[in-house]
Amino acid sequence: MPRSDAVWTAQGTTPDAIEAALRELLVQRHAENERYVPARVLNMIAFVDREWTGEIANRLRAVGRYSPSRLLVLAYEPRRERLDARVTIVSEGEPDAGEFALLRETVVVELGDRHLDDLLTIADPLVVTDLPTLLWSPHGHYDIVEVLLALSQAVLIDSIDEPIWRDAIDRACKLSERAYVVDLAWLRSTPWRERVAASFDPPRHRPELRAIERVTVRHHPASTVSGMLLAGWLASRLGWQPGSLVARGDELLGRAHASRQDVALRLQSAPALQVRGLEGLTLATASGRELSLDRGPGGLRARARDPRGVERSWTIPGASRGEGGILGEGIRQALLRDPTYVPAVKAAQAMLP
Amino acid sequence: MAVAAGRPTARTEAENPLSEGLERLPPPPTALVIFGATGDLARRKLLPALYNLAHDGALPERFFLIGIARKEKAHEDYRAECEQAIRRFSRRKPDDDVLKALLEDVKYVPGTFDEDSVYAELHRLLDEFEEQASEPLNRAFYLATDPSFFGVIVDELGRSKLAQHMHAEVRVIIEKPFGTSLEEARELNRRVLAVFDETQVYRIDHYLGKETVQNMMAFRFANGMFEPLWNRNFIDYVQITAAEDIGIESRASYYDKSGALRDLIQNHMLQLLCHVTMEPPVSFTAEEVRNEKVKVLQAIPEPTPEEIPEMAVRAQYAKGHAGGEDVPGYLEEEGVPPDSITETYAALRLEVDNWRWAGVPFYLRTGKRLARKLTEVAVTLKPVPHLAFSQAGSLGVQPNQLVLTIQPNEGVSLSLVAKIPGTRMAIRPVNMEFLYGTSFLSQSPEAYERLITDAMRGDATLFTRNDEVEAQWRICDPIVRFWSSTPEEMANYESGSQGPEEAERLLREGHRWRAI
Repeated sequence: MPRSDAVWTAQGTTPDAIEAALRELLVQRHAENERYVPARVLNMIAFVDREWTGEIANRLRAVGRYSPSRLLVLAYEPRRERLDARVTIVSEGEPDAGEFALLRETVVVELGDRHLDDLLTIADPLVVTDLPTLLWSPHGHYDIVEVLLALSQAVLIDSIDEPIWRDAIDRACKLSERAYVVDLAWLRSTPWRERVAASFDPPRHRPELRAIERVTVRHHPASTVSGMLLAGWLASRLGWQPGSLVARGDELLGRAHASRQDVALRLQSAPALQVRGLEGLTLATASGRELSLDRGPGGLRARARDPRGVERSWTIPGASRGEGGILGEGIRQALLRDPTYVPAVKAAQAMLP
Repeated sequence: MAVAAGRPTARTEAENPLSEGLERLPPPPTALVIFGATGDLARRKLLPALYNLAHDGALPERFFLIGIARKEKAHEDYRAECEQAIRRFSRRKPDDDVLKALLEDVKYVPGTFDEDSVYAELHRLLDEFEEQASEPLNRAFYLATDPSFFGVIVDELGRSKLAQHMHAEVRVIIEKPFGTSLEEARELNRRVLAVFDETQVYRIDHYLGKETVQNMMAFRFANGMFEPLWNRNFIDYVQITAAEDIGIESRASYYDKSGALRDLIQNHMLQLLCHVTMEPPVSFTAEEVRNEKVKVLQAIPEPTPEEIPEMAVRAQYAKGHAGGEDVPGYLEEEGVPPDSITETYAALRLEVDNWRWAGVPFYLRTGKRLARKLTEVAVTLKPVPHLAFSQAGSLGVQPNQLVLTIQPNEGVSLSLVAKIPGTRMAIRPVNMEFLYGTSFLSQSPEAYERLITDAMRGDATLFTRNDEVEAQWRICDPIVRFWSSTPEEMANYESGSQGPEEAERLLREGHRWRAI
């Protein structure tokens, strides 16, 4: 269990003083036991509304080993005049003999409107130089994101969180021109993408990729973006030219041009789904093969129909990662590069009604 | 079919465009058959590894498991045993629904490994699974039995026509030890290759599945600063240590037949040596990497009986203290014959006679009941030719040492010399340390999870090839034979110590063993 090892707080402080306190606390911890070593993987800057700081802290607590090495929380309260700060250095536990214990640093800086003009000079001294920095602004504040992008190599978003999903796709496209975008909505679709890719991976099944003629994606009513991203992924990977989708009831319908035939696209809302993201998908080929994957207990429930109409179903085991797992995966992905997101989100943009 | 050098490989439509950008792709539909399904290895390692792959959604889309062992039991009873083993030994708490889904398609075949009826039943079940899946399934036969059954099982698989499949891949995964001597390894290879093609054979050395061992290649070949120093001109000697603080525990029957040399040096430690000394492969394909490792092993001269007393030391642990408690000596351990001549400690000095390494000694040592658990590779550079300042007031100036630690703290440490703060030019060694845990967010997968996945996927990079195994035995076999013929020369060391004093005689002038 992580435990709080060292805390420093100050009111009416300065970035210099905060940075000095960080250094001093680290020296103290190391002097106490040289097996305490600071993690040096990733900085994360979270710009959050101060009243939601606790909720954000809870979400970040759930990411476990994927915690950033240094977390800088800029807690915003419009009328705040004074810069207050709290530095916490947490160890993963006491180091056993011959082992070491990692230290992780959290810096919470409370600030107001009057500090926004100088935000870069507040944040810059508080991130570890030479480490990649991930920026997260879960409560919007797009103008602030623009400013803090200067310090960041990657930006974490959750397209599902945007109130208007069409705007989410446009915004993701725009952001990805300036920084590496890690979209939690995209990461929720990873197990689906892996399974679809694996289903067509045996050489005998690969030619069928060119024969897909119907795609149906089922999603949580508030997760249309997830469906769009998955359809966009298929379109971009398989070289389809998608056209705009049309809304009909709680469905989005449309077509994409493939080299051999048109592909019918259908995004269906699944009101019974309790969690955000995808509920399932069905791919049908011109040869009459159909593959469906749907959420089920203990994994994905697969259903396959062969060209003769014979149906089989089975479970592909797998555990849900939960929202904590997804956020942790988002932090980890900031250190990697997935070249398929941008083409997928651009294809999704081309499908916008 | 071989492709002529320099000829471009045609991009075929067979490439899967959906796999781009995915960190992993689940292996193709597979039926995995575990021989020795109720044994320790299956219960402690294989079944938990399979569960964890299932938990992560990393098993094939269609996955079927068949366990084979001697005891008569029903499928349901075997499933219950699997569940029990997974709940006890899995690295994470199992999710009930995932566990249920995994165990849904598990079957059990009772019988001895030479019984025709076992293979007939296996054939029937595999066919039944294919019918259920409505498609051909790759087959992976995992031999997790006592090594004495490897040959029999392979023969039977061949005889019952299970070694080939018209429409799917068939692979055999063979646990260590692969033979107990060069002759046995050759004979086993002969039997295996009479039934399977080498490309179908996956010989396990679970050390190769460890992230840090794999990372040694990244460390050497992706960092420009080390490679210019990585040769006889700059490196004085190399030490590879695999020390354990525990004794033989309940493994007396296995260990007393094996000993430290066969248990660790013949396989794991020679593999570590290969990773340290191999030339950069043209590419990181299984064949290229293994070609380079075989070249290293072939460059190590076969020890002659005259050389062995000077280049090899063995010993048994005597009673002593470990973990704050009194512990018995090897000969007092339960199940160990009182006149046993099995070594629990072995140290060798080897040379790699090639252009890069000629003249550099490689010291390998392994043992049980040593001071602590530690696996590391320590590379000592040659000392600087001249120290321009006085050493008065200096502390222990040593040549630079680069230490790659595999366990317990995976990392790299470089010892440097720095000035002691003050008015005098006094110097002392300091360490520049890199710990994997501080620089990566991910947790390494268990070695068996990686190896099972690779075998199901058909990637043999982390498995040992036939010529590699034989080359390893060629180095160790003369020592095993010599030691068998000279039982009176067994040294002793106190439990919990640094090992026998006799190991000092392997060291060349100016060299010393690192503290364990």
